[in-house]
Amino acid sequence: MGLVLLVVIWLITLISTYYFAIDKWAMLPLASAHGVAMDSWFHVTYIVVGVVFLAAQIGLGWVVWKSRDRGDGRPVSYSHGNTKMEVVWTALTAVIFIGLNLAGERIWAESRFQGAAPSAIKVEVTGLQFAWYFRYPGNDGRFARTKPELEDASVGNAVGIDDEDPAAKDDFVTGTLVLPVDRETELTLRSQDVIHSLFIPAMRFKQDAVPGLMIKMHFKPTQVGEYEIACAELCGLGHYKMHGMLKVVSQPDYERWLAQKEADKLASE
Amino acid sequence: MDAPSQAAAGAHAAHAHAAPTGFIRKYVFSLDHKVIGIQYYFLALLSVLVGMGLSLLMRIHLVWPQANIPWLGHIAPETYLTLLTMHGTFMVFFVLTLAPQGGFGNYFLPIQIGAADMAFPVLNMLSFWTTFVAFCVMLAAFFVEGGAPLHGWTGYAPLSALQSSGPGEGLGADLWIISIALFCAASLMGALNFITTTLDLRAKGMTLMRMPLTVWTWFVTAMLGLLAFGVLLAAGILLLLDRNVGTSFFVPSGLVLSGNLVKHKGGSPLLWQHLFWFFGHPEVYIAILPGMGVASQLLSTFSRKPIFGYRAMVYAVLAIGILGFLVWGHHMFISGMSPYSGFAFSILTMAIGVPSAIKTFNWLGTMWGGRIRFTTPMLFAIGFVSLFVSGGLSGPFLAQPQLDIQLHDTYFVVAHFHLIMGVAAIFGIFAATYYWFPKMFGRMMNETLGKAHFFFSFVGTYAIFMPMHYLGMAGHPRRYSQLTELGYLHNLMPLQKFISIVAFITIAAQFIFLFNLLWSLFKGKKAGMNPWQATTLEWTVPSPPPHDNFGGVVPVVNHGPYEYGVPGAASDFVMQTDPAGAAGAH
Amino acid sequence: MATAFRNTSVLDRDPKLGGGGPIDITPPKRWGGDGDGNPQYRDRRRRYRLGMMIGMAAIIMFFVSLTSAYIVRQGIGNWDSRTGQYVTDWVPTKVPGILWVNTLLLLFSSVTMEMARRRTVERALTAQQFGIDGEQRPFPWLGITTVLGIGFIAGPALAWKELASQGVFISTNPSSSFFYVLTVSHGLHLLGGVLALLYASVTTVLARPLDTKAIVVDVTALYWHFMDGLWIYIFALLLIAK
Repeated sequence: MGLVLLVVIWLITLISTYYFAIDKWAMLPLASAHGVAMDSWFHVTYIVVGVVFLAAQIGLGWVVWKSRDRGDGRPVSYSHGNTKMEVVWTALTAVIFIGLNLAGERIWAESRFQGAAPSAIKVEVTGLQFAWYFRYPGNDGRFARTKPELEDASVGNAVGIDDEDPAAKDDFVTGTLVLPVDRETELTLRSQDVIHSLFIPAMRFKQDAVPGLMIKMHFKPTQVGEYEIACAELCGLGHYKMHGMLKVVSQPDYERWLAQKEADKLASE
Repeated sequence: MDAPSQAAAGAHAAHAHAAPTGFIRKYVFSLDHKVIGIQYYFLALLSVLVGMGLSLLMRIHLVWPQANIPWLGHIAPETYLTLLTMHGTFMVFFVLTLAPQGGFGNYFLPIQIGAADMAFPVLNMLSFWTTFVAFCVMLAAFFVEGGAPLHGWTGYAPLSALQSSGPGEGLGADLWIISIALFCAASLMGALNFITTTLDLRAKGMTLMRMPLTVWTWFVTAMLGLLAFGVLLAAGILLLLDRNVGTSFFVPSGLVLSGNLVKHKGGSPLLWQHLFWFFGHPEVYIAILPGMGVASQLLSTFSRKPIFGYRAMVYAVLAIGILGFLVWGHHMFISGMSPYSGFAFSILTMAIGVPSAIKTFNWLGTMWGGRIRFTTPMLFAIGFVSLFVSGGLSGPFLAQPQLDIQLHDTYFVVAHFHLIMGVAAIFGIFAATYYWFPKMFGRMMNETLGKAHFFFSFVGTYAIFMPMHYLGMAGHPRRYSQLTELGYLHNLMPLQKFISIVAFITIAAQFIFLFNLLWSLFKGKKAGMNPWQATTLEWTVPSPPPHDNFGGVVPVVNHGPYEYGVPGAASDFVMQTDPAGAAGAH
Repeated sequence: MATAFRNTSVLDRDPKLGGGGPIDITPPKRWGGDGDGNPQYRDRRRRYRLGMMIGMAAIIMFFVSLTSAYIVRQGIGNWDSRTGQYVTDWVPTKVPGILWVNTLLLLFSSVTMEMARRRTVERALTAQQFGIDGEQRPFPWLGITTVLGIGFIAGPALAWKELASQGVFISTNPSSSFFYVLTVSHGLHLLGGVLALLYASVTTVLARPLDTKAIVVDVTALYWHFMDGLWIYIFALLLIAK
């Protein structure tokens, strides 16, 4: 039985580790700047945790087999423990775990402790049951006032822009987030009803959109392409289909698209 | 002492220890902690069947969304969310908080410390029946108009605070809150009882440092419960008020729901999260600590060796208990909470990995150099260690907020908490069942069926939950009722199918256990007083124990709880009540 | 050899044992008493006092949660898209004057409660030693406390009436919500104490031993003083942290 246990534990361990190692179901290819440090930190954590995982499980299997009752009446090695060993492995664990954490905090600090550069592109993201809307401030760089009572997707004003605000003239809202490559973007997240969460896996970006709060987050896309956006906080029956699209385009394409959108907006006035 | 007061004292003693007669007083409204423990256990068993059934429906729906289930028809996406919510609620509250603590703790804490019953038997009975009412109210949520809620076991506001936010968020959600509030009250009563009993009713010689580790974990778990459930109760009351009376604790201004302006103003959804997780994190330690105690007990007993580092184990349990109150923010890194708080919570969370690791080393150290007997309880204890390591090691990923950005609210988290709670803690319950069944019912469970149950469960649960790590890393969000909308999920469907198939097999295998349990109750081989040759006090009394546990004889404790393989002793184990000197210098 | 636990010789007199005492061959006193001043009573009293103090810890956590919710709610703002700013909607609720009277009432009731406790415990000890209840017509400290307790609960009821007449209800604004939640929660807990006192009062009628009554009164007194302190805390919170 000891041998059976060893084999089962070792097999489970090796098979799981194999699939982790070959990265068969890999993260979506990285397309953002801050993601580089995150992905490499993933690897570091993988290795540390992986070593511990292998050591512990293989050790467990080994111990269980080696210490089986062989029926030969041999005495056990009676012991209540070993204080020195306790101190050593406690200290070692503390150093490894807390050290890992402290070493990686820099990455968190970089993306969260400081705001976006003033030159960042600003987009306001609104989540509601069950869609994402993206509002661009237009040439004046200002977002117009919104009013909850004006929110009405059926008349094309899902976000509730107050047309009495002069800044509303050049605001426009899209269902697709379009951004230029290699430029920092600041997203301001808000929600109209319950908590949602903007998750762009390829950008290694996730942030809850909380009603009552205006949360600013920034990132910089580094690859042209189309990336799916998912909602990552349970928001009701349509949570699974609340998804959007991020299109990262070249700077010229972005400017063309902006201009087109502005023109459309003016035409519809 | 003169006649009247002596008579009073005698009468009191007789009253306290006389066995009840009549079916109702013996089996229904019993004051006997053993009966109450069994009641809790079977309530938890009923709950786990409900929870498991819900998860079966969930796994079917995920891979075959159009399937037609007999009696239930086609499962709609919102129904999936209801299944998910109630699965989590039943499992976390009515299984993992009940069976290890209410079930085994109630039954064995008094006996293991040498007491005749809990400190407050009436309170004990009250806490069980309150829990039972809570269970009924929770079940009722399925049958009211709108059905059971869909807001997840975590009940985040405003989704849970606004009646029109989704189907089931009307009366169903109110019943959910009321049930949980009742559960909180019952748990607080239970915690009070456990703590008083442990502090005040220990027999002579049973110092704190001679208590079995099971008692230590029940004790610390009770302290966690004492301090945490009050917070959930407060939060639940505030949520109920927001939902029904128009207060705005958690609901901010300016909301528009389904085209209608919401009248609430000024509240904070994050306030709910803070209150909930301040309870929620100690809750998960409440779920796992007793399992750790059982693992320690069994690993020592069946390796025929003392536990390695008893004192360190006690300190580790205390450290886990204390740190457990300081880490709740790690559920909220992405919530909009201050990133500086995130940093603080992150360090504390990594710190809690240290006592957990110490325990793992000590378990290995306990087995090393032992003479392991591979009984079914031992298999589950070994399985517990393996699963605890696996589940625990996904922690360092989630504890680092820069990695949590990618992993939060994905299947990676589902994998983590299922391996730790949904498997390791459950293995703790299984291990305890196989170990203590002979004592509780006077019969042995079938070893062959037990071993079969173990291997199916061990391999099966790994096969279910290990792959979920891969899903999570690939970006698969959790709580999605259908996987048809998001493009990048298409490649992950084969893995989801694999998980579902293995889940069906593993769930089916649990019926081996159920059959074994129920059959052995009546037909199991009769058990002696100490079939495992164990040292703790429950093995010094008949199986099952008499009404007052020790038959009027008062135990006197002379040894620590894990004196196995003592050199020079007459046999390979020295019971705690053996005369002093039986264990040499110990 | 390194031992993981200290050397516990069976001859140690260990205060950490629940109810230990000198080790000898007679059974420990807890298990039925053996003729020395009804240690049953001592043990039971200690047990119930311990249980009560542990219960108080749980109640404290409940009110700590409400307090932290109070402080957070007071300070947070919601984004107001009209003005483009975070706006708080906290408007202090004026504490009705009757609550001052109420507070004094409760403080006084703590005094009478303490008198009741001392008297009852004394009588129980006397009864044990001499077999009789020394005071045939004891001063009704218990009764007075019960009446004061009921009176205290009437206080917030009047306060709510006063607020209602000003149009301030539970959902009017967040500070009024907390006012109601805190006063109702405290009132309900105090009601529990009043019920315990009523139970103590009828123990004589129910022919329960004086011991039982003494323990009930003793433990309820602990709870009562705790409720008193809790009220002072809540009152101060509502007055000062407006």
